Amino acid sequence: MFWGWMLFLAFFIMLWGYGEYVQLANGMIVTGLNDQVSWGFYLANFVFMVGVAAAAVTVVFPAYVYKHQELHKIVVLGEMLAIAAVVMCLLFVTAHMGRPDRLWHIFPVIGIFNWPNAMLTWDVLVLTGYLALNIIGGFYYLYKKYTGKPVNKLFYLSVVYIAIVWALSIHTVTAFLINTMPARPMWFHSMMPIKFITTAFAAGPSLIIIVFLLVRKFTPMKIADEAFHILSQIVVWCLGIALFLTLSEIVTELYPSTEHSMGLKYLMFGHHGLNALVPFFWTAMALMIGSFILLLIPRVRKNLLLLPFICLAVFVGIYIEKGMGLMIPGVIPTPIGEFAEYTPSNIEFMIVGGVWAIGFFVLTVLIKGAVGIMLGDVRYEEKARRNVQGEQADAVAT
Amino acid sequence: MSKLNNKQNNKNSPAEEVTRRDFLRKAGAYSAASLTGAAMLLSPKPARATKNVTWAEHFQKNYRLMTDEEKKEAIDRLVKRYSEEFGKTVTVDDAPAMDGVLFGYALNIQKCIGCRRCVKACVAENNQSRGDKQQIEWIRVMRLEKGKFSEKDRDDGGYPQDFGIQVGGNAYKPAGVVLEGQHYYEADKVPEKDAFYLPMQCMQCEKPPCVKVCPVRTTYRDPDGIVVIDYNWCIGCRMCIGACPYWARRFNWGEPDLPAEEMNPKTHYLGNRPRMKGVVEKCTFCVQRTRKGRWTGCVEVCPVGARKLGNLLDPESDVRKILATKKVFRLRADLNTYPKFFYFMD
Repeated sequence: MFWGWMLFLAFFIMLWGYGEYVQLANGMIVTGLNDQVSWGFYLANFVFMVGVAAAAVTVVFPAYVYKHQELHKIVVLGEMLAIAAVVMCLLFVTAHMGRPDRLWHIFPVIGIFNWPNAMLTWDVLVLTGYLALNIIGGFYYLYKKYTGKPVNKLFYLSVVYIAIVWALSIHTVTAFLINTMPARPMWFHSMMPIKFITTAFAAGPSLIIIVFLLVRKFTPMKIADEAFHILSQIVVWCLGIALFLTLSEIVTELYPSTEHSMGLKYLMFGHHGLNALVPFFWTAMALMIGSFILLLIPRVRKNLLLLPFICLAVFVGIYIEKGMGLMIPGVIPTPIGEFAEYTPSNIEFMIVGGVWAIGFFVLTVLIKGAVGIMLGDVRYEEKARRNVQGEQADAVAT
Repeated sequence: MSKLNNKQNNKNSPAEEVTRRDFLRKAGAYSAASLTGAAMLLSPKPARATKNVTWAEHFQKNYRLMTDEEKKEAIDRLVKRYSEEFGKTVTVDDAPAMDGVLFGYALNIQKCIGCRRCVKACVAENNQSRGDKQQIEWIRVMRLEKGKFSEKDRDDGGYPQDFGIQVGGNAYKPAGVVLEGQHYYEADKVPEKDAFYLPMQCMQCEKPPCVKVCPVRTTYRDPDGIVVIDYNWCIGCRMCIGACPYWARRFNWGEPDLPAEEMNPKTHYLGNRPRMKGVVEKCTFCVQRTRKGRWTGCVEVCPVGARKLGNLLDPESDVRKILATKKVFRLRADLNTYPKFFYFMD
C-alpha cells in the first residue's frame, strides 16, 4: 500500500523531471504563456500552496493559544504539512522563472536582494523564514520525543508562537505581491490579503482534515473526533467570510462596471465568445457555496464519513478560485485592454502535477516518520526498528 | 573572428582546449552548477546563444556593481562570443549616461499615419527576435476608431439595455481586440479615414513601477532617465511585466531568432546587444545611438516627423519647445509614473 502510493507518486515525479528538462532546454516557450498572459498556472499553484502552508497555523493556534488538548498532540503533523507545502511553493516559483539558473542572483551577499523595495524579496524572506520555523519547531519536538527527553517549553513555545504570527505574514505578503500593481486593476484592492487568508484557512484545514482522517485510518495513531470538529468549524467560518468578501468584490466591481472590472467580467461571463474561464468560476462558486451550506448544518459537519468529501469540495473549489479565478483573469485583459485566452500546455501540466507529487511524497515521508515517533514506535534506544529509523533520517534530510 | 581578445578570454572557455571528459569533470566541479548548465550540456539541439556562454559570463556580477576592469572583461567576452556567433565584427558599447542630459520624447498624434515604419526600424536596429516562432516588437501602434453615430443607433445601440440604463447613440462601441483601440490592424492604405493612431512603447517613467518590483535590481533608471536592463542579471520572474501599466516589456519565451545577416553589429551592453532566452527586454530610446548624440531608429525613420527626441534639460531642444508651446498629455497620468514620453497635437 505504502510502496504502491510512493511508486504512483514517483511516476509523476518522473514526468516533472521530463517537463523541467524540456522547459530548461527550450525556454518558457514550451508553456502556454505569452506576452499577453505572462503569469499563469505555476503562479496560480504557488499562491494556493502558500495558503495551504499558512493554514498549518489553524492547527497550531487553537492548540497553544486556547490550550486545546486534542489538537495539541497533532500540531507536529500540521508543521509537517507546512514544510511540504513550502517546498512545493519554492518549486512552483522556480518553474515560473525564465532563468532558474540565475536564482543565486536573488540571494543576499552573493547576489542583489532588492529589499525593502521589491515585494518579491519580502515574499522570499517570509517563506524561507516560515520553512525554517516549521523545520526547527517540528523536528525539535520530534527529536525530543525520539530521544525521550522533555521538551524545553520556553524554546519550543517561542518558536510556535512566532510561527503562528509568521503564517499570517506569508499569505499577506503573497497578496501584497500581486495587489500592489495598479497596472492590474482586478488585483488592485485592499481586500486581497484578508481574502487570501480566509480562503487559505478554509482550504488548508480541509486538507488537514482529510490527511488526519487518513492518518487515523491507516496508522495506529489516535486522533479524537473533537479535533475534527474544531477544524471543520474553522473551515465553515473562514469559508463564509471568504464568500462574503467575494460578494463584496463582485458588487463593487460590477455595479459601476468601469474598464477596471473587465477582468472580473471576463471571468464571470466571458468576453465576446472568449469564455474559457466561465465554467471554472461557476464551478468554484457552486462548490464553495454548496459546501458552506452543508457545513452550516451541525449534523453534517460532525459526520466524519461525509466530512472528507465536503472538505475535498472546499479544497477543489478554492483551488479553482485561486488559479482560474484569480491569477489568470488578473492578467486578462492586458494593461492596454487586449483579451487573449490562456490554456496551460502539457509541459505545464506535467510540471505542476509533478510538483504536487513531490509535495505528497515529502508529506508522506514526513508524516510516516512523525507518526512513528509520536506513537513511540521509533525510539533512540530501540535498535530493532532500524528500517523505520532509516525513513526518519530521510525525513530529517528532506 | 575568434582571434578577437583571444588572450584574455581563452581561460574562460575551457571547452575549446580541453577534452570533453575534462570539461565535464570541471563542469561538475562547480557545485553550484545550474540546471541550465546541465541542460546546456545535454540538450539535443542546443540553442545558439546559450551554448557558447562561458562559466565566467554565467557567474559575472550585476553590471552596475562591476569595476571598470570587470566591465571591460564582460564586454570583451561578449564581443568575442557575438562575433563568433554572428560571423561579423560586433561592438559592445558601454557608454554611460551623458552629463546634463535627461532624455524626453514627444509624439505628435495628429501627424502619425499609422504606417508602422517605426516598429520595423526598431526591430532592425535593436536586434529583437523575429520570425514566426517568436516575434518581439517594442513599439505598438494602436488604431483608435473615430466614433460613429447614427440615428438608428440612438435607440437600438448603446449600452446593454438589460441593466436598465441607456447611454445611447454609439458612445458605447463593442470593443474589438482591445478596449479603446487595437494594434493588429491591417490597412490597405494608411492613414485610414475613420481612425487615428497612437503608438506606444516604453515611457521611460521617472517613477518606474517595473524598477521598484524587480527583486534583483537588474532593471534600473540611469541618470539620463533611461530605464535599462542588465540582460545577464535578469532572472526572468516577470514581476516587471506585471507591474508595467503600458505593456511595454517583452519576454524572450524561447531562444531569440536573430538571423546573422540581419544582426545589427553596433550594440550597447544595456541596449540592443543580442539577448538570451528567459530574459525581459524593452525600448531603451536606442541607448546605443542616443548616448552618441544620434536620433533613435524610430525618430529617424518616421516619414511624417511625428516623433521628437530631445534633452529635457536643454530649453532649446525640440522636446522642451513642444512642452512649452503645444497641448501635451501623458498616458495613465493617474498612476503617478511620470512618463517622459509625451503625446501632443499641433
